[in-house]
Amino acid sequence: MGNYTASIIALIAIVTALAYFYGRRVARKRLAVFTGNGTGKRFHSQPNYHGLFLGGSAAFTALVIFAAGMFVNAQPGDGAAIPPHLVAMAIALSAVAVTLMNTRLIRSDFRARRYVEFFINSALLLCSVIAVLTTLGIVLSLLFESLRFFEQVSIFEFLTGLQWSPQTALREDQAGQSGSFGAIPIFAGTFLVMAVAIFVAAPIGLMIAIYLSEYATKRTRGIVKPAIEILAGVPTVVYGFFALLTVGPTVRAFAESLGFAVPTQSAIAAGSVMGIMIIPFISSLSDDVINAVPQTLRDGSYALGATKSETMTKVVFAGALPGIIGALLLAVSRAIGETMIVVMAAGRAANLTGNPFEAVTTVTVQIVALLTGDQEFDSPKTLAAFALGLVLFVITLVLNVIALLVVRKYRERYE
Amino acid sequence: MTQLLTSTNKVSYRALTPELELMGQVNVTTETEFDNAKFTCRDVRVHYGSLEALHGIDMNIQDNGVTALIGPSGCGKSSFLRVFNRMNDTITGARVSGEVLMDGQDIYSNDIDPVLLRARVGMVFQKPNPFPKSIYDNVAYGPRIHGLAETRVELDGIVETSLRKGGLWEEVKDRLDDPGTGLSGGQQQRLVIARAIAVDPEVILMDEPASALDPIATAKLEVLIDELKENYCIVIVTHSMAQAARISQKTAFFHMGDLVEYGETAKIFSNPEDKRTQDYITGRTG
Ligand SMILES: Nc1ncnc2c1ncn2[C@@H]1O[C@H](COP(=O)(O)OP(=O)(O)OP(=O)(O)O)[C@@H](O)[C@H]1O
Ligand SMILES: [Mg+2]
Repeated sequence: MGNYTASIIALIAIVTALAYFYGRRVARKRLAVFTGNGTGKRFHSQPNYHGLFLGGSAAFTALVIFAAGMFVNAQPGDGAAIPPHLVAMAIALSAVAVTLMNTRLIRSDFRARRYVEFFINSALLLCSVIAVLTTLGIVLSLLFESLRFFEQVSIFEFLTGLQWSPQTALREDQAGQSGSFGAIPIFAGTFLVMAVAIFVAAPIGLMIAIYLSEYATKRTRGIVKPAIEILAGVPTVVYGFFALLTVGPTVRAFAESLGFAVPTQSAIAAGSVMGIMIIPFISSLSDDVINAVPQTLRDGSYALGATKSETMTKVVFAGALPGIIGALLLAVSRAIGETMIVVMAAGRAANLTGNPFEAVTTVTVQIVALLTGDQEFDSPKTLAAFALGLVLFVITLVLNVIALLVVRKYRERYE
Repeated sequence: MTQLLTSTNKVSYRALTPELELMGQVNVTTETEFDNAKFTCRDVRVHYGSLEALHGIDMNIQDNGVTALIGPSGCGKSSFLRVFNRMNDTITGARVSGEVLMDGQDIYSNDIDPVLLRARVGMVFQKPNPFPKSIYDNVAYGPRIHGLAETRVELDGIVETSLRKGGLWEEVKDRLDDPGTGLSGGQQQRLVIARAIAVDPEVILMDEPASALDPIATAKLEVLIDELKENYCIVIVTHSMAQAARISQKTAFFHMGDLVEYGETAKIFSNPEDKRTQDYITGRTG
């Protein structure tokens, strides 16, 4: 099958190329009549546009036939599949036919350039449509799988239950029993880790932003800003083992020296490392919004006899606040969706606790746990992952929308 | 106190710097002998990096009155204005040299804190720049920073008086909590004047305060400036000859970093001595 597809694609490429060169040659010959003999008559499109037009039409025809063949073959039923060589023949023949037909169009006033423009527009549009449709498809599949889950477990149970133990629900005698799918502990764990992360990242990120935009010299800024942005590029799995192998044990050792027993995997270990990860989101975005506060406002404040720090806290920060909130919300939504760090460092126990020194679990961790290993595809246990995914999606979507709205509103204010 | 200072501080205006004399450009009016000079400038130069924007300005600014600075774009009017409240200090690469006395005291000496100086010398900018705060908080900003009011009632009083002096009170008294950025351009400009007045300055510097305003708002602003000159020393940069003629008592014409001519406004506009001044005010250059 793979072989078949590959050769068909090669065939399409060849027909396209041939049509292009053929079209260009014909165009050169025919148009030479107008330019070669010195009459100086202008023609609408250069020869290579005619070539591109012929190539594009051939490619389009071939792709349509290819897709049609695939579609017919994919239909269930007794009809025998169309044999590959037939498809290939059809493609070659129709491409030749289309090319020959188009050749008749090549004249000095044929607007091949316009049509090529149209081809390019359509190709670009197609790509964006594919991206949008894919997103839509993902959302719909999340939605439908979640609906299947909610047929078995009530949505009310899911959103308000305090007990999360999906494994027990798989046992024969209590399959699908409600009560095991209460997601509150997971949401609480997610929230706890996120809170720790923001607690770490917000102050540090904001200080960095203020330093960069108001105090640092151009040169320092040019070095420090990219250096911090590197933090955002570190693979999250690296953060994960950093949290598990360095931060977790350190926290535990520290707590033990104070006489507390703390597990290696804890909300604080995962949260603090996640906080470090999202620092660049906050610092970079906040730096941008602080910079967007017009210099005239600072001047106005200085001219009233305010010091730099008074100006910073009372005028600049106040002006940039909506944008900073937007930056924080984006960072939060990033933190909520983060998986690797929490999988490695937060633990898996669905504890309902507000104590950051305990192991907690998050939505993302549970999705991983539910879907790794051998699965039945329509057990509530597996479907629960979709429901969790949907919740996650909705929360991050809402956060992103709010953040964007806030940032936009802020932008308008000074324009 | 003021009387004492001004009487001991009687200075006469000299523009006869040796270089100018050599270049034969010495036709600066001499009738600027004040017995009430607020500022006395001697050989003031402003540099931006290696560029010298002002080439040694000698000039007195009278107290209680309006002094207009005019001249073609880029001649150094704004740079000169920023000398008086040391706003040039906030520009990286900017340097000021020479001597600037305010009431006889060198404002560039080490015992002057620019932050405190700016409370005495307020400034209004070309584009209205109200803070993204309520009208009330905009005006209360300075008094709060400098601790001018002990109680809320006192602060309310300062805000009201300042807005009244700024000619804005009647228009905004019912919506003091609305954002200052929501006012019209002319109202915003009067708001920032009120904001400057609120810290009880002695001098108000204005850099083309009407250039972003329509004629009606400009007229209101000019009326306001005319009232304020009773109590404040006002220095205003303007591109409008008519405006300078209407509101100022003294006018200084700058050209390419030099003070070319300085004197009574009426004299400058009716009978300028320097050819460049004449060309500029009649619209032949600029
Ligand atoms: N922040 C700055 N950095 C560098 N050079 C500056 C700066 N501000 C002003 N200059 C230069 O100093 C000279 C005088 O500028 P200034 O702004 O004082 O002129 P101006 O008379 O106010 O002009 P305009 O009427 O256009 O406002 C100009 O050559 C200008 O390029
Ligand atoms: Mg200027």
